[in-house]
Amino acid sequence: MDTVAPPARFDPRGLVELDERVPGTAEIEGDKASFDARDLTTRQINLELRRLVYELGIHEVTIANPGAKHSLGVGILARCKITFEGSLGYFACGLIDGPEVHITGRVGWSACENMMSGVCVIDGNAGSLTAAALRGGDIVVKGKVGARTGIDQKGGTVIILGDVGSMTGFMMQRGRQIICGNAGHGLGDSMYDGVLYVGGKVASLGIDCVPGEWTDADTEFVTRKFGIYGLGDPPELQKFVCGKKLYNYDSLEPSERKLVL
Amino acid sequence: MCGIAGIIYRNGNGAQRLGADMTRMLQSMKHRGPDSTGYALYRPPTAELILRIKLADGEGNGDIEWADRLRHRREEVKARLRAAGASLASMEEVNDYTIAARLDYDGDLKHLADYVESVPGAEVLSAGSALEIVKDLGDAKTVGDAYKLDSYLGTHGIGHVRMATESDVDISNAHPYWAYPFSDVAVVHNGQLTNYHQWRRRLERLGHRFASDCDSEIIAVYLAQKMAEGATLEQAMRMSLEDLDGVFTYICVSDDALGMAKDELAAKPLVLYEGDDMVVLASEEIAIRAVIDREIETYDPYESEVMVWTR
Repeated sequence: MDTVAPPARFDPRGLVELDERVPGTAEIEGDKASFDARDLTTRQINLELRRLVYELGIHEVTIANPGAKHSLGVGILARCKITFEGSLGYFACGLIDGPEVHITGRVGWSACENMMSGVCVIDGNAGSLTAAALRGGDIVVKGKVGARTGIDQKGGTVIILGDVGSMTGFMMQRGRQIICGNAGHGLGDSMYDGVLYVGGKVASLGIDCVPGEWTDADTEFVTRKFGIYGLGDPPELQKFVCGKKLYNYDSLEPSERKLVL
Repeated sequence: MCGIAGIIYRNGNGAQRLGADMTRMLQSMKHRGPDSTGYALYRPPTAELILRIKLADGEGNGDIEWADRLRHRREEVKARLRAAGASLASMEEVNDYTIAARLDYDGDLKHLADYVESVPGAEVLSAGSALEIVKDLGDAKTVGDAYKLDSYLGTHGIGHVRMATESDVDISNAHPYWAYPFSDVAVVHNGQLTNYHQWRRRLERLGHRFASDCDSEIIAVYLAQKMAEGATLEQAMRMSLEDLDGVFTYICVSDDALGMAKDELAAKPLVLYEGDDMVVLASEEIAIRAVIDREIETYDPYESEVMVWTR
């Protein structure tokens, strides 16, 4: 008698591969591990990575042939080192808190979005929306990045050795970006706070983004960050900050205002 | 969200497995649009004019006179091609509702296309000496298998996976669009155009026809109009950045060139790989990796960029 495969489980959140098992293909040596992602699906790669980091307490994981798959290395909340030997697709290493990630290729859109802490070094280029809503940690991109880098950035540092696209630092609220190349139109548009350093030409500044006054603290910060990542001497940089012309806040919370009235 | 892809082989002699490569790329982006899949495939130009004509939008849904209707349309199309002055070298019935006609014709292409399309239900999907457009419902594997594209050899091509946002899910509204009535030009688009109705009225007043309600068709007809006015493909694409509103990344192809244009907001993605042997571009790198199985260097074009490659 033919056996009928059970119907695929439905997940209202839209998750796929619900019943995927951990492949367990990693080669482990002490607290180091490595595995080849070529024939694994996105979910299998993430499951294997989680097994190594959370269950086995491995501190150094190397993943070969990620093949530009999307959503790899997302939501890792532990101190560890992760190396991707190759390029990643969209949403790479989002929501991470703690890991030191090294990507030897490039990343697609929305890499490291909402990252809380840790380090992510990308040897190649990055797509648009890199470091969106970044909360903390450092991101280093050695190539160029697309548009809207650090949109809604709330902390941390983004270092980009190449050029950046339009609307970089759009609505950023805190944190810093060091851009060694040229910047596209609308740099720092509607930013609330934070600092943008630019080495090259700025196509145009966004609304309420103005040149800032360079201080010794800026020199110390940039030199220190370049030293940490072995990037040599920093180029000559211009500083841009929020002009605070759009600040129309009431200094009192609604409940406080009631009390005053 | 839709997915677009393009491939051009440098110094292509027409012996590359274009159909198989395009199917692999489009299938890897199925998550960007499972509604319909389309291809615009190019071979080295021939002396003949190739018309791909759709007689109906898919199957007849139980209409018992369906086969008769299609036979009648097919005969009518054949008669009109002859009456318009074309001599028919061959006519292949690709499936029940699609035919590929090879003609000897040196008259006005618009006249020929309009005459054929006045047969109820008929639509010229593509016309040219090098171009063939194949589009149907389903993912790339379904369409590629149904139209036997695995063995299709060619020089360059583009493709599209569609997630319908602006108009119906049917073959007419699927991409790529032929730049009616300009031979050998086709377009695929990812995005939404907000001044569609303005441009549609303008172009209709100039005598152009629209085969669908899809906003993307504007790009193809717009480029055709600009080229008819004397612009090159690249110049027409640059003008489109000013004239078209909305968010878009599109790929446009002619018989010897392939170009991309991105709007000033850079709101829709595109990843580029420029190698010695080929140029490949797609909405996601995962599609490029479907045809190149090694570590490669790719980048994203910036806002308002237009790039054109020739084969």
